[in-house]
Amino acid sequence: MNTRSNPTILAITALLLAATAALQGQAQSDISGRISSAERPAIAVADMRGTGDAQRNMDTFNSTLWDELANSGILKMVAKSVYPLEVPQRPQDFKAPAVPANARRGTPPVRTGPWLTDWSGPPVSANYLAFGYSAVQDGRLVLFGWLFNAGQQDVASAQLIGKLYFGSLDADGAKKVAREFAADILQQFGAKSLAGTKIFFVSDRSGAKEIWSMDYDGSHQQRLTQYNSTSSMPAVSPDGKMFAFTTYAGGNPQIRVHSAESGRRLPFYNPVSSVVETPEFTPDGKQMLFATAVNGWVQLCIAGTDGGNFRRISNVRAIEVSPKVNPKTGSDMLFISGRGGRQQLWHMNLDGTDMQQYTTGEGDVANPAWSPSGQQIAFAWTRGYEPGNFNIFVMDVASRKPVQLTQGTGRNENPWWAPDGVHLVFTSKRGNSTQIYTMLSDGSNVQQLTTQGNNIQPVWANGVN
Amino acid sequence: MRMNQRTLSAAVFAVVLMMTVTACKKKVPPPPPPPPPTVVVPPAPPPPAPAARINNFGAEPRSIQRGQSATLSWSVANATDISINSGIGAVAANGTRQVFPTNTTTYTLAASAAGGNDTRSVTVEVTAPPAPPPPPPAKPRISGSDMFNSDVASAGDVLFDYDKSDIRDDARQILTRDADALKRIFAADPSFSVVLEGHCDERGSAEYNLGLGDRRATAAKDFLVQLGVPAEKVRSISYGKDRPACTDATEACYQRNRRAHLAPAQ
Repeated sequence: MNTRSNPTILAITALLLAATAALQGQAQSDISGRISSAERPAIAVADMRGTGDAQRNMDTFNSTLWDELANSGILKMVAKSVYPLEVPQRPQDFKAPAVPANARRGTPPVRTGPWLTDWSGPPVSANYLAFGYSAVQDGRLVLFGWLFNAGQQDVASAQLIGKLYFGSLDADGAKKVAREFAADILQQFGAKSLAGTKIFFVSDRSGAKEIWSMDYDGSHQQRLTQYNSTSSMPAVSPDGKMFAFTTYAGGNPQIRVHSAESGRRLPFYNPVSSVVETPEFTPDGKQMLFATAVNGWVQLCIAGTDGGNFRRISNVRAIEVSPKVNPKTGSDMLFISGRGGRQQLWHMNLDGTDMQQYTTGEGDVANPAWSPSGQQIAFAWTRGYEPGNFNIFVMDVASRKPVQLTQGTGRNENPWWAPDGVHLVFTSKRGNSTQIYTMLSDGSNVQQLTTQGNNIQPVWANGVN
Repeated sequence: MRMNQRTLSAAVFAVVLMMTVTACKKKVPPPPPPPPPTVVVPPAPPPPAPAARINNFGAEPRSIQRGQSATLSWSVANATDISINSGIGAVAANGTRQVFPTNTTTYTLAASAAGGNDTRSVTVEVTAPPAPPPPPPAKPRISGSDMFNSDVASAGDVLFDYDKSDIRDDARQILTRDADALKRIFAADPSFSVVLEGHCDERGSAEYNLGLGDRRATAAKDFLVQLGVPAEKVRSISYGKDRPACTDATEACYQRNRRAHLAPAQ
């Protein structure tokens, strides 16, 4: 079914975009996280059941589908406790209201069975309903999934999605079909799926700081390096095939580059310096920016991804680190500099022109990160708090107005945007250890992804598929 | 009952009769023979005293290296006094003895008796072992690391203000003392060199602190070099906030961590 031609969805999408644009004061192509819950479309997600062996993993399916939709941050989830008792499993289960036979003229149609108004009316008051069922077909799990616009007058025009999803007959298969169904639903509302994306990070759980990766939801955590030294500050190439980091494995801190696929070390020639750190790939993946000590000051520079063709970008008696190139333009960059006194967020073109300080000069700033659209910046800032007590801020590039997302709950650092432009991953020390969390870019829906050891410096990358 | 009494009486009679008959058959024994006549034999004269005789006296092996042993063995007959010289003294008629001669030694076995003496000698040749390796070269009177521990490490770390790499007045005094000590140490032990570590407290970001630690190490090194310490003897390294001296969230601990620290190079 071609859902793109449905005028209702087009209208809703347009409305959402308009609301987003209005909020941000400018047109924008992707949905922002800053939609208040009152404006989010309300969706009811009926618990689905399976025939025979298909039922075994339906609890996993139902919870995965719910979490995927809830965590998207763009839908209002209607609590299951208010759902009607008669839950449809397929479109045929809906019974249109009808005027009873031999009723007087003018009698309104009465309910004859489950109907859309069960969901669109109070107490559910959902705009949308997801439902379906599963079965076993040729030894595989097949899910029949539908998404209906509950506000429509008949079943045919209500249907937005009607699709089959296939997976293995186990928990992994149930999760897979749930994620695919959720991705299709979210696409209806303009969201990008995070399925397949990876988060690279640093963990000391093995005894030394090493580079690790995990799926976007915290599953499949695996170690990528084994230097038994101190390796940190990962960066991932835009195609997801390489990652770079800073390590003491060779004595003084230097950059190393590994293949994300084979895990092997790739050639990278460090400049002769006491410090080489904070690697970052350019959006075209062809060059690398990093910071290195020159004449006693750590300065910004650029080179090929093998370290060749090394050039300085900054030349000032101040510490400058964390260069981050605008992913949309590829020609302007953010960085942290102490050139004005305290370490602050600065912006300039890659050719050194148009130098501007983006933060007010109060406190200390760290870890700048561009949103995928290049229109928002996330960073850590101690403004309003004692030195070291960082909080996560998001700044709209056009207005330069910072919005504080964390409110002094622990020490919050290392924000990084998800490829969907809606989520942020960050670290927080809320007990004795530092762990990785995700949240929506309005600061809501905080979820903890790691628990073992200390886990820092997450980088949300597109997965290698 | 009557029958039993009769049987008993018959048995008693039979026994008495048998005893009587036996006594009648006993014979009288014959008288003993007369004792032999007594003969007086004069004692035999003692045989003539034999001469002492050494059957053998040998050493095995006959040639040893200094420090090894040889075994003497001997067998002597008819001797009343047996001795071996070279400090061994009296020995038994037959025996062995392990000896550890430091030089070539001739052992003489002397056996004496009333009838005559006997001596025999054996020489154990002692050769010198191969020469030992030459003694290790003499160490300098005090090694660089010893001097470092007493003169530099005890002076304490060079401390800094928050987010600063300026050398404070207290740091100036410490570095001046360090420079004097290091110059003496490098002169006394040319193989010795040091690492100057730059550290930060935990409050700044990890990325910025790597740069700040490098500033602190560089600033302290520059100061030492200005005072005449050879630059090539001092390697600087920034550890940022990765190796704190303490982990409390107090200004006292933060100050301990904002430091430049001298350590011997490996």
